[in-house]
Formats: sequence, structure tokens, C-alpha cells
Amino acid sequence: MSSADRRRPWLLLAPALVTLVVLMILPIGIMTVFSFYQFETAGVEKEVFTTENWREFFTDGFYHMFLWKTARVAAITAILCALLGYPPAYFIAMTGYKHKWLLLLLLIVPFWISFTIRTFSWIHILGEQGVINVLLMKAGIISEPLRMLYTEGAVIMGMIHFLLPYMILNVYVSIEGIDRNLISAARTLGCTAGQAFYEVVLPLSLPGLMAGLLLCFVLAAGSYVTPEILGSTRDALFGNIIFDTIMGQLNWPLGSTLSLVLLVMLGVIAAIYSRYMGLSRVFKGLGA
Amino acid sequence: MNATNDNRGLGWRAVQLVTVLVYIFMFAPILVVIVLSFNDSQFGGFPMTGFSFRWYAKLMENEAVLSAFQTSIWVAVLTAVICSVLGVAAAIALVRYEFPGKELVNTILIAPALVPETVLGVGLLLLMRWAHQPRTLWLLVLGHIMLALPYVVLVVQARLIGVRRVYEEAAMSLGANRFQTFREVTLPLLMPAIVASLLLVFTISFDNITASMFWRPSGVETMPTQILSMLKVSISPEINALGTLMIVVTVGLPLLGGGLARYLARSGR
Repeated sequence: MSSADRRRPWLLLAPALVTLVVLMILPIGIMTVFSFYQFETAGVEKEVFTTENWREFFTDGFYHMFLWKTARVAAITAILCALLGYPPAYFIAMTGYKHKWLLLLLLIVPFWISFTIRTFSWIHILGEQGVINVLLMKAGIISEPLRMLYTEGAVIMGMIHFLLPYMILNVYVSIEGIDRNLISAARTLGCTAGQAFYEVVLPLSLPGLMAGLLLCFVLAAGSYVTPEILGSTRDALFGNIIFDTIMGQLNWPLGSTLSLVLLVMLGVIAAIYSRYMGLSRVFKGLGA
Repeated sequence: MNATNDNRGLGWRAVQLVTVLVYIFMFAPILVVIVLSFNDSQFGGFPMTGFSFRWYAKLMENEAVLSAFQTSIWVAVLTAVICSVLGVAAAIALVRYEFPGKELVNTILIAPALVPETVLGVGLLLLMRWAHQPRTLWLLVLGHIMLALPYVVLVVQARLIGVRRVYEEAAMSLGANRFQTFREVTLPLLMPAIVASLLLVFTISFDNITASMFWRPSGVETMPTQILSMLKVSISPEINALGTLMIVVTVGLPLLGGGLARYLARSGR
């Protein structure tokens, strides 16, 4: 191989790699440095070494509470996505319905519809003038509108709505990949349909399910726009705290510290996952 | 198939029912927005008081919305073109060449899809602050390129694996140089993937709100941030009309593009 041949892939990669190194990796380095700077006043920091920001994060219960709450909300969201997403994925993979492509296309369509619009559409469902309240009041079941919007439940609902297609696609891809002869074999050997599912399909689809859970958890834990639209101030997540610290208080050092906390927390979870499952599965799910 | 097809017991019925409910869950709220955009009422919610186009007419006079729309279109078009060029080149390197450190390169290229957008948002702002650069529209373009790059690499890679190398080798053995081979053989075969990637990046950029909230220059709104700031004031019926228009743009474009890609694939053969 000539040296020109050896250089060629790097020439092709250079623009993309340089872009990501400058825009993603370098900033995370700068973030680390900033987290040790001293905050003076809004928008001003002193370039002296201090561990004050980290001490503030580790000692202030306020941040622990939000971190814990974010993990809890993201976990609930991911688990509900799995419970709601598995049956449709199984149906699409197993059905003999000839317009199966339509069901798959419909799973992709939400990705094309603006996230902001999909999120605010829930205001029309859950709000005081929303579908549910208007119908229940008309039916005379309730006399006062129920308070559903601007609650944690509404935030979780909005996040499920936007994450469900990721889950369904991940699970679908892994069920679709199962050799159908295995199911037939299990049935011939005396399994009932239910047993064949628990003994064959479910274990073999676990990698897709786990990839979906990881993706949903990470995306939910990183979000701050959904609580902004569907939650009250009490339903803020860690991302909202970061946004307020940076854009509101202009406290760059503390904002950097909190961003690193979120990055490390989600990074550790992804690392534990890839230790057991490998990340290639998640890439596959993203490309689907 | 037989094991699954006679599997039409109670369990299968339940699966069918949940599937239908989940699809309703995914699309009903969006349909409600579309229906309400034609509501004559002063308020953004129910009940419907009559059919009218007036909120669309009002939208066309809304300067803030129009300028946000223009900003978003420009940013999305620039992002789509630049990001597709970077992504296609990288995907070709990853699929067609063996080199040391490939695994690491692949991980770096996919990483922006896994790092929380909030962190990427803060990071890029810090970079600007560190380099003493003002926030301009180019920051949005650069940021969106970073966010969309993983998806381009994944989509083009998947397509490129399907393009057999023999076509390129045949062209080379018939005397074409590398550039001619790329232009005459690889590029036409990749056309569907490139069209798909352009549209994908366009929608990713046009839709992005989380990171854009950090990156937009002060006083500049993109379409999604404009909607968010309108939502903060009130749930006006104009937002429903705006949402409906955006759905038409972002769903219509890919469907059109999908048809176009299929057409190109057919005529390229």
C-alpha cells in the first residue's frame, strides 16, 4: 500500500473529525477548566483555581434533590416506554398483515414532526380546555376541570410521547432478527404460545429492549424543554437547572460543573450498559 | 410463520389492541392541533366554534414568525449541505478503507447523538466565550452540523455497505481514475442516501430547540424557539396554525424526498 493510499481515509475523515474535535471534545475540556474557575458576578469569572463550584454541588442538597428526581423521572419514562412499546414492536414483527410497511412508516413520521409541536399538542389534551376535561365535564362526571397539565405526570407523558418511537424501533429490529424456526421448534416440542414467547422471543429480544431503555433514559434525563412546556416550575429537571444557571444567572463556572455532572452520570450509565451489551446495538437503533 | 399465525389467542388479541391504542396515543394529539388550527374561536383550545382560515391569515402578517421561519430555513439549508458533505466523506472512509483507530473514529463520529444536548449546548457556548467570539447565526449552523453528523454517517454507511465494490473496481480497471470513478459510479449509486441525508439533516436542524436555545444569537428566534416564546405568553390559536404549517413542511418534504430518491434509484439503474 502506498503512503497516498494510507493517507486517503484520513483526508476523507479530516473535515468531520476536526469539526467534532473542535465543537465537542475541546469544549468538554474547556468545561472542565471552567468548573474550577471562580464565579465573581453574573457573566464574570476569575481565572483562579478553586474547588468551590464542586463543593457547592456536593454539599448543597438542592442539586442532589434535582439529580435524584431527574434519574427517577427518566427511569419511570424509560420503563413505561418499554411496557407500551414492546407490544406494538412485537405486533409489527410478527403480523402477516400486508401493509406492515405502513405501520413502520407511521413510526418514522413522528421524527419528522417538530418536537416542540408534538410536546405542546398535549396542552390540548390535558389542559383545562383540553379534550379530556371538556369531555368529562360534558358527561357530567366532574364539575371542576382536573389539574393534569403542568404536573410531573404531564412531563412524563410528553417524554413518553416523543421517546416511544425510539423504543418500538429498537425492539422491532431485534424481534425481526429472531430466527422464526426457533419459535416453531419450541411449539413442536410442546410449548404453548405463551411459553414460546417467554422462553424464546423475550430473551432473544432483550438486547433491543435494553438498547431502547438506555436511549430513552439518556434522552429523558438530558431534556429540559418538555418540563418547560408541560411542567410547572416545581417539575424542573436537572437540564432546567443547568439552563437557568448558564442563561439566567450567567454563572458559567457552576453551569460548567453541573453540565459535567450530567455528562458523567449519563456516561457512567452508558458505560455500564456497553460493558454488558456493546454500544453497536444503540447505533443500529439510531440508524433505523 | 405457521407458529406465529395460528397464535391468534387472547394474547395476540391483547397485543393487537395495545398496538392500536399506542398508534392512537402517538397521533391523536397531533390531529387535535391540526383540527384546532381551523377553529374560529378566540382561544386556542376547545370547544370548536366554527371553521375558519383566519389564524393562517393572521400568521402571514406576523413579522416575528416570518423572520423566525426565514432564519430556520437558512440555517437548515446550510447545515444540510455542509453536514452531508462532511458525513458522506467520513462514511466512505469508514466503509471503504481499513486503518488503525477505526473503532475510536467511529465512536467519536457517533458521540454527539449520545451526549446530552444540554451539555453540547453549554460546551459550544463556552468555546465561544473562551475564544472571545460573539454568538452569530454561524454558531447555530456549526452546532446543528455537530448534532446531525452522526445520523448522516449512519445513514450513508448503511447504504454504502450495500453498494458492491466490484462496480468501482470495474470502472478503475476500465481506465477511470479515482475521481472519475467516484463521480461516475459511487456518487450516482449513493444518490438516494445523499438525498435522504440532506432531508434528515434539514429536519434535524429545522426542529432543533434544546441546543438552539443556548446557541441562538440574542434577539434571534428560530421557528421552534419562536413557538416556545409564544407558548409562554398564551396558547393562542395562531400557534395551532403555525404547528399545522410546520407539520405540512416537515412531513411533506421527506415524503416528497422519499419519492424522489426512489425515482432517482430507478432511473440510475
